[in-house]
Amino acid sequence: MPDEQKIIDSNLEKDYEYGFVTDIESETIPPGLDENVIRTISRKKKEPEWLLDWRLRSYRHWLKKKRPNWANIEYPDIDYQSISYFSAPKKKELSSLDEVDPQLLETYNKLGIPLEEQKMLSGVAVDAVFDSVSIATTFKEELKKAGVIFCSFSEAVQDHPDLVKKYLGTVVPYTDNYFATLNSAVFTDGSFVYIPKGVRCPMELSTYFRINEANTGQFERTLVIADEGSHVSYLEGCTAPMRDENQLHAAVVELVAHKDATIKYSTVQNWYPGHPKTGKGGIYNFVTKRGTCLEQNSRISWTQVETGSAVTWKYPSCILKGDGSVGEFYSVAVTNNKQQADTGTKMIHLGKNTRSTIISKGISAGEGQQTYRGEVKIMKGADQARNFSQCDSILIGDNCGAHTFPYIDVRNPSAQMEHEATTSNIGEDQLFYCNQRGISSENAVSMIVNGFCKEVFNELPMEFAVEATKLMEVTLEGSVG
Amino acid sequence: MLNIKDLHAGVDGKEILQGVDLCINPGEMHAVMGRNGSGKSTLSNVITGKEGYNISKGDILYKNESIIEWPPEKRALAGIFMSFQYPVSMPGVNNTYFLKAALNAKLKNAGEKELDAAGFLKLVKEKLTELNMDTSYLQRAVNEGFSGGEKKRNEILQMLTLEPEIAIMDETDSGLDIDALKIIANGINKYRNSERSFLVITHYQRLLRYLEPDVVHVLIDGKVVRSGGKELALELEEKGYHWLES
Repeated sequence: MPDEQKIIDSNLEKDYEYGFVTDIESETIPPGLDENVIRTISRKKKEPEWLLDWRLRSYRHWLKKKRPNWANIEYPDIDYQSISYFSAPKKKELSSLDEVDPQLLETYNKLGIPLEEQKMLSGVAVDAVFDSVSIATTFKEELKKAGVIFCSFSEAVQDHPDLVKKYLGTVVPYTDNYFATLNSAVFTDGSFVYIPKGVRCPMELSTYFRINEANTGQFERTLVIADEGSHVSYLEGCTAPMRDENQLHAAVVELVAHKDATIKYSTVQNWYPGHPKTGKGGIYNFVTKRGTCLEQNSRISWTQVETGSAVTWKYPSCILKGDGSVGEFYSVAVTNNKQQADTGTKMIHLGKNTRSTIISKGISAGEGQQTYRGEVKIMKGADQARNFSQCDSILIGDNCGAHTFPYIDVRNPSAQMEHEATTSNIGEDQLFYCNQRGISSENAVSMIVNGFCKEVFNELPMEFAVEATKLMEVTLEGSVG
Repeated sequence: MLNIKDLHAGVDGKEILQGVDLCINPGEMHAVMGRNGSGKSTLSNVITGKEGYNISKGDILYKNESIIEWPPEKRALAGIFMSFQYPVSMPGVNNTYFLKAALNAKLKNAGEKELDAAGFLKLVKEKLTELNMDTSYLQRAVNEGFSGGEKKRNEILQMLTLEPEIAIMDETDSGLDIDALKIIANGINKYRNSERSFLVITHYQRLLRYLEPDVVHVLIDGKVVRSGGKELALELEEKGYHWLES
């Protein structure tokens, strides 16, 4: 401890040396990216030396990398020097919901979000009566009793440095790809989960009760570790529309499942998609998500509902290393208006008797462009590996597009692969059939689309599934007639 | 109830209906017979408001109001129902959910209280019994994997549940075996009363044997060339359509 204090103190003294006129309480460092910025982030977060080194190695590597251009998306070059890489948790408090954008409130209402939660989401100070903090505290105590660690990434670095050090970058190395490398250099916060041996996490770990905690920012880092025989279900995101002044989001999520462990990771992403006509102001979401089924009979399951962002670039993947391990990917992605999404998964089979399932449902409306990109790799040692892939796309209107790029690489003759793909229009006949029964076109579309997505929604935790259904309605509003 | 006046309608600039007149009073069942391509399906599609048809002349009055500008769902909510010749399937959309949405849209439109799940289930189970359908129907997706007979029965189930004032039966008898035909005819007959009207569109008179329409019309080349009682159907069965062609 004293040593650490010394390091911190000496670092603090260096402030002026680097030309930053910032004190401890200050919130944002000026835009720009160089090694000093990274040192500042690390110092402000009181990080150990090894983590700073790791960040710096990442940064140096990033400088040598080029932006990937293979995805089927278009976006302007991003000026990385115009971004401010550290912003301390700052809560903008409004005094009542009257000050919130009425359009936003309308959407909240359509989604059926309770009033108190609306306040939290839109940054209104919450009544003393409704004590979200105490609820969160209750949760935390229950988790603590079970031995589960669930905290912010920064807390984990302070309180559980050994665990962080052991696992960070083991699934997504800092050299992995342009955006993951950038994230490794500049990430500010995120979540950390550790489920000890044999523990079944007593509740769904949801970011919901983190709402009032730190705004994790645009470079989020999440690490979930499930030790032997444990089980955890993690819910990320929220169906409420999330607005953010940061246009670029480059998150990294790493999952590690030990022997007989199960991790279920569900995401609902509804970032601001940009202006409906021009796409202006929409979020660019470049996410690297990957899980390793490290030992035998482990299981990782990704479920995602992607409805937001102007650009989505995301391939939640599984490395099936342990014999008999299972990887699953269930996805619903919607692109409406000017949205573009290039999303899918990778299933890398290394162990014997490994199994993977891919169910991808893409919906394009307006001028939306959507690409499914999936890779299934069966390596030499993966005897009796099996994969089933199903990619279905639905088109609403005739100005949108759906594209499918499956990559299959089989190096073991005992592998079994199945791939199915369909693309269809929402038929005029289906619409007319609904209309003739008195159902409006808008309701008909959401009914047809929800039917189309059912297999995936069934994988979502109950309350998320209900919200996802409503979310589809709101997202596709106005896409017909 | 339904009054069609000098209706000219077509698709892609081709006129298919060339001046159809038809007046159906409350409680009446009319049958329209004709060969393939005579304009039967166009007639039902135009009445229900399917997109893609162009009305060049004439009018359709429903309860003395012109409906040709109404969108299809407005016509449906007002009480016009069509039993489809080829009901579409909707993968993943649960039959119960679909039917409940349709019924509640109608109730809501009428300013009545919408049914909750329990109330709806009770209602729909009664209708199922009437049609000899088992409750497994309710778990299935709309028309998905249904046999021809099951699809048609499902249409009648929807009719009984939604209680329209006029029902257009578009080739309801096609693809049915004799047992299914009887069950369906029976369902339709039970639904008949002095208020409700029917327009039965068919190739053959075999359905009409069980339904006994009040008036039979013969449609040839987009025109009603002959109208008469139910005996006209029998005559057609015997002689074909030739003798009516000019």
